[in-house]
Amino acid sequence: MKITLHVWRQKGPSDAGRMATYHHEAHADMSFLEMLDTLNEGLTLKGEEPVAFDSDCREGICGMCGIVINGIPHGPRKSTTTCQLHMREFKDGDHITLEPFRAAAFPIVRDLAVDRAAFDRVIQDGGFVSVNTGSCQDANCIPVPKKASDLAMDAAQCIGCGACVASCPNASAMLFVSAKVSHLGLLPQGQPERGDRALRMVHRMDAEGFGNCTNTRECEASCPKDIGVEFIARMNRDFTLSSALERQEKAGGGGG
Amino acid sequence: MASSCGCWVRDFLCSSIGRKTVMAATGLALFGFIVGHLAGNLQAFIPDHGATMKQYADMLHSKPALLWGARIGLLVLLLVHVVTAVSLAIANRAARPVPYQAKAWREASYASRTMMVSGPLILFYVVYHLLHFTTGHAHPDFQAGDPYRNLVIGFSNPLVAIVYIAAMAMLTAHLAHGLWSVAQTLGINHPKYTATLRRLSVLIALLIGAGYISVPVAVLARILK
Repeated sequence: MKITLHVWRQKGPSDAGRMATYHHEAHADMSFLEMLDTLNEGLTLKGEEPVAFDSDCREGICGMCGIVINGIPHGPRKSTTTCQLHMREFKDGDHITLEPFRAAAFPIVRDLAVDRAAFDRVIQDGGFVSVNTGSCQDANCIPVPKKASDLAMDAAQCIGCGACVASCPNASAMLFVSAKVSHLGLLPQGQPERGDRALRMVHRMDAEGFGNCTNTRECEASCPKDIGVEFIARMNRDFTLSSALERQEKAGGGGG
Repeated sequence: MASSCGCWVRDFLCSSIGRKTVMAATGLALFGFIVGHLAGNLQAFIPDHGATMKQYADMLHSKPALLWGARIGLLVLLLVHVVTAVSLAIANRAARPVPYQAKAWREASYASRTMMVSGPLILFYVVYHLLHFTTGHAHPDFQAGDPYRNLVIGFSNPLVAIVYIAAMAMLTAHLAHGLWSVAQTLGINHPKYTATLRRLSVLIALLIGAGYISVPVAVLARILK
């Protein structure tokens, strides 16, 4: 199949960037990233710079890949990462636009590759639970309600790809942060830090320069893991209640 | 905490979720006014040539302290709603400095993407509306204390009526997304009722819009005269 690719080319973070057009011969059985691999082989043979893009596991579970394809993060197929998209989703003669995930908080490294370290910093500020050292405790000694576990696992499906940010008209990271706040906050193991976690992660999200949610629900439609905005409502509750109720830490710490 | 300044109220109000909560709370209060205002407007349809409406207006004006208290309260609500919206919009623009060359929407409704269009248009209309029906500066033949007469004369000009109808269409779009958005922002979202809330939000917005638009339409159709 013959396709025309309109690709965002940007030499580095400070380069202005521009669209470039490539005519390419692809096969319907190729994955989208294999198609880009063959494009890059051709470019390399011609002595041109290959198109930089993110990818790692190519199994849809690592969260590394991500291209805005025809204006939709991860492309036209719902609940699918870019690496799991195949060229059979497109027709012979199609024009396909490829852009990076655009957000101030995701600086472009090169072409379609972006730096999502802002997500890592949000996780560092609150995406953890405290675990005692020493011999491990008995399995199943903490009862976890089935429904809480199910919902926590729904949130925990988030692979941190950033499609929510890319799809949001405001480049807001609320779906990502809410998934992380919720998946730990729903479980008993996550209760000790629950209040602080919501406060710290939201304040970090704001400090990283993500936009503000306007409840358009574009994020949940673009999420390859079908995380819903219900988690954003849950985070709003946790954050608002914690803002009002969380106590200041006293010097000296806990008993010992 | 990342941006702690020690004052929890300031931390909350400066945060993304805090400002959204302010938008939701002031929006909900302003919606209360919109419902009350509509109840007043619909009195025009009582076939007594505006006697009930005049009585209602006299009642509102009989306690100046209360009237001005309500007016100042509404003005403060509106100002907080607008200033917070502007601060959020500036941050949102900064969050995506380079726009997409091609952007497609999968879910986001037109109303949800144009809140920053419908909102300012409603604001401009409110200014004109106050000059038109409250102070009378923009009215061809204003008589204080006779709202029925003022509205019939005001809406007899088709251009004025069409501008009003357009503004109320903007209000309908704003509410269709805004009402559900209030619930979501305040953390009210559950599989049991979210779908219903979303439909209810659109339905209430349409009813409110239809209620407001019915008055100028009735004047143009010479049902009210």
